Amino acid sequence: MAKQKLKEHRINREWCKGCEICVEFCPKNVLAIDKQGKVVALRPEDCIICKMCEQRCPDLAIEIITE
Amino acid sequence: MAVKDFIRERFFPHLWCPGCGHGIVMNNMIRAIEKLGVSKNDIVMVSGIGCSSRITGYLDFHTLHTIHGRALAFATGVKMSRPELNVIIPMGDGDALSIGGNHFIHAARRNIDITAIVMNNRIYGMTGGQYSPLSGFGINATTAPYTSIDNDFDVVKLSIAAGASFVARTTTYHVKQMADIIAQAILHKGFSVVEIMSQCPTYFGRKNKQGNAVEMINSYRINTTPKGSKAKKENPSLIERGIFIQEERAEYCKEYDKIIQRATKGNK
Ligand SMILES: Cc1ncc(C[n+]2csc(CCOP(=O)(O)OP(=O)(O)O)c2C)c(N)n1
Ligand code: SF4
Repeated sequence: MAKQKLKEHRINREWCKGCEICVEFCPKNVLAIDKQGKVVALRPEDCIICKMCEQRCPDLAIEIITE
Repeated sequence: MAVKDFIRERFFPHLWCPGCGHGIVMNNMIRAIEKLGVSKNDIVMVSGIGCSSRITGYLDFHTLHTIHGRALAFATGVKMSRPELNVIIPMGDGDALSIGGNHFIHAARRNIDITAIVMNNRIYGMTGGQYSPLSGFGINATTAPYTSIDNDFDVVKLSIAAGASFVARTTTYHVKQMADIIAQAILHKGFSVVEIMSQCPTYFGRKNKQGNAVEMINSYRINTTPKGSKAKKENPSLIERGIFIQEERAEYCKEYDKIIQRATKGNK
């Protein structure tokens, strides 16, 4: 399988409740909570596309989009 | 299909608290069904009452949001009349095992081909943190301000003893395992029970000083182990995860069909 390339972390700010589960369990420390209490991809270049944030989000608010 | 194709977006954001494990269960229920490639039209989801039971409002299958503790009775009716459909019953621990305990053991005993998902947060979330039959000894709850002296059920042992032919346990930390087990439970022809340890940070977590959602999920990582592991032998207090029983046995709808055939033989 060809290596996947990250396009973006698509975040639904309306749905995100800032619980920090994705931030804490990201193995590469890519995500953070911003001043409004919502998740942002701070270091997308470090993302290894494991999609654990997507799969652990209780709010279905984060999606990894690949090219 | 994408995750969005399985939900009713008009009801989002959902009502669950920040970090509630029930959302993680919903997330991976969708992934399991997506992986199986079952048509949405062939799935009936039946729930009772509770925070967990709200899931049927959010998912875009045929859904029934029924009464507290009685989801399995409704589900049995649906399955008996339309045995070709996949019937899935997400339930809270209170819904499944206090008010619904009797329905639970008898559905298991019949081995009817439906899938019960017990979203076990060890408390009544919806009504404000009363203890449940899964809270256990020493747990704080609204109704146990000096801690509970009731022991808890072991969902896995109870289900096996009652006659369920597929029984598994996982947690909201182990999401890959969760999606995989839910998929296998749906495929299994017989009564399937999947216990999913799911955090309620708002009541169980706060009352028992277990920290926020992240800390509670982390405790599932630390306090559980794969079934039959070496770690379990060294530390018996660890909770085992995995599939505990998976057996082909006579299924209720199939047996009922045979009865109809016998009873109507010769009656034209
Ligand atoms: C017949 C009946 N009795 C009691 C209630 C009140 N009630 C609503 S939800 C609930 C328990 C919810 O706990 P659980 O099933 O564990 O689900 P959770 O909210 O924790 O997900 C109770 C007792 C009810 N709705 N109907
Ligand atoms: S009260 Fe508990 S179970 Fe109910 S939504 Fe909040 S965290 Fe979830």
